[in-house]
Amino acid sequence: MERRLRVLMAKPGLDGHDRGVKVVARALRDAGMEVIYSGLHRTPEEVAQASLEEDVDVLGISLHSGAHLTLVPRIIGRLRELGRRDVLVVVGGIIPGEDGLKLKGAGVAEVFGPGSDLDVIVEFIRENAGRGRERDL
Amino acid sequence: MGTERKSGFYTVSGRPIKRLYGPADGVRDYAGQLNDPGVFPFTRGVHTTMYRGRLWTMRQFAGFGAAEDSNARYRYLLANGQTGLSVAFDMPTIMGYDSDHPRAEGEVGKVGVAVSSLKDMEILFEGIPLDQVSTSMTINAPAAILLAMYIAVAERQGVPPDKLNGTIQNDILKEYIAQKSYIFPPRPSLRIITDIFAYCSRHVPRWNTISISGYHIREAGSTAGQELAFTLADGMAYVQAGMEAGLRVDEFAPRLSFFFNAHNDLFEEVAKYRAARRLWARVMRDRFGARDPRSWTLRFHTQTAGCSLTAQQPEVNVVRTTVQALAAVLGGTQSLHTNSMDEALALPSEYAVRVALRTQQVLAEESGAANTADPLGGSYCVEALTDELEAEAEAYFARVEGLGGVLAAIEAGFFQQEIADAAYQYQRRVQSGTQGLVGVNIYQGDEPVTIPIHTVDEAAVERQLRRLAELRRTRDAGAVQRALAELRQAAAGTANLMPPILAAVKAYATLGEISGVFREVFGEYRERPLF
Repeated sequence: MERRLRVLMAKPGLDGHDRGVKVVARALRDAGMEVIYSGLHRTPEEVAQASLEEDVDVLGISLHSGAHLTLVPRIIGRLRELGRRDVLVVVGGIIPGEDGLKLKGAGVAEVFGPGSDLDVIVEFIRENAGRGRERDL
Repeated sequence: MGTERKSGFYTVSGRPIKRLYGPADGVRDYAGQLNDPGVFPFTRGVHTTMYRGRLWTMRQFAGFGAAEDSNARYRYLLANGQTGLSVAFDMPTIMGYDSDHPRAEGEVGKVGVAVSSLKDMEILFEGIPLDQVSTSMTINAPAAILLAMYIAVAERQGVPPDKLNGTIQNDILKEYIAQKSYIFPPRPSLRIITDIFAYCSRHVPRWNTISISGYHIREAGSTAGQELAFTLADGMAYVQAGMEAGLRVDEFAPRLSFFFNAHNDLFEEVAKYRAARRLWARVMRDRFGARDPRSWTLRFHTQTAGCSLTAQQPEVNVVRTTVQALAAVLGGTQSLHTNSMDEALALPSEYAVRVALRTQQVLAEESGAANTADPLGGSYCVEALTDELEAEAEAYFARVEGLGGVLAAIEAGFFQQEIADAAYQYQRRVQSGTQGLVGVNIYQGDEPVTIPIHTVDEAAVERQLRRLAELRRTRDAGAVQRALAELRQAAAGTANLMPPILAAVKAYATLGEISGVFREVFGEYRERPLF
């Protein structure tokens, strides 16, 4: 029996645009994953800590504040300090193309902008999550 | 007969639409349901002459970087024929943090302009005569502080408060419901708001003290009917709060203004604005006993729907925005912001902002839509939709009252869950193809995006941080401490908060320091996460 994927959907930073994060959270839950939503206005440290405590396979980070280049690398850095290199990190929100490339360079697996297909997001997570865990163990 | 190409036809909100509307759907009682523009219940508009008297205010929401960057953008917009200013603040300002606060890192000057002190505000409006423009400020939890700064800047320009025109958004209820930029718990937040009502009715009589906003409710995923219902429910809660604070309804109600979204579905949107005017007029006269006709009229700003814009084929967004802006004009809006084509990609570039402003100018000068009031009045379809939306809103009012009112419904997560459900259902319709979106699920193309993209100059952040450090070093620290102590005392008691806030900003106490006092006294709000 395969373990259900555990996902933390997180809203770091100060913006309160939570439509996207909630819609994706629900789509992942409908696809059979266990989804936890962090709530708003979380610090990078809180997001990384919650990923550890909830023992998640996937961390979805949603930002609409333009602070992605500051906050996302900080979350990933903290995750690594906590020994969780295996967590699949995906990002959603208004992320200009060039910034998306920078985020991928910093360890983000994929960036999903406005209008992304929910089925594509689900499929991407199914195909890529949990692999790092096997590799690391 | 004839077969139809789909099994059902629905608005963007999922409302079923009939093949044909006819006399049975039309107007039964002209004077009671509609009446002429400028006459109760104002269904057809709040002014007799509507746009023949005066066009709507073209007001593009703008702000980024440090104060001097935004000042330059405002001057550019005014030079291009814009007729009012609309200030976007960055997230730290909106959340009551100074630019040098640890939580502000990475967010300074990003989604709006950074304003930490009166110094920044002076630069923001340099060379812009505040007795000649009207200024709208999208600010909520710290609205009293920014209004105080605006009054102080005007004073320095020699403009007295009773000559000031403008609006603060100041609508905290929709923050708990949808936009989520709250700081303090609901009760003290409402107290700050009623203090503003009271202060402005005496000292800043032409200021719109609140902009009761459905825009963000819609952006968060609500339907048109929910946007209408929740916004007017909030409006009623503010009137109630003002009256409970001891104000006479006609003392403050004429300065209440509204802010709606304009989404893609032309007729449903027009009906929404018309229903809003009729509902509000009746509620104000019959439920709250307002006697001043200005208390009955629902005046509103409109912004086209940011959430309708696509990152794919962004030029097509100009067309969407045009249809949405037309809905606002046909619906009788008092002012309008048209979104720029690039907003699903980044903050708008100067080029994209100009095209958006020109869109309004074409509607005003070329389309003929401004030549007659309420041109869709009497349309079987639009009248039927107006009645339907009105009934839907009234059903929601009853549910909210059943839950114990707006605050209780917020605490129960009622609005939040209704909106999350509607957002998810919409996304499912897009996913299944029931709702077509050009460039997204139909008529896709894979051409690369070629429009220019705006980037925030990192030097602006440095400039802002240097200015704030300099201010902290050079201001009269004793005066700041005294002003903050007085403010703390007022906050803990029941005195009107505006005078001590004004004294504090004039002493160059920062936004973060003043908000900090309120955080101490009032505490901070945290919502129960749900999805």
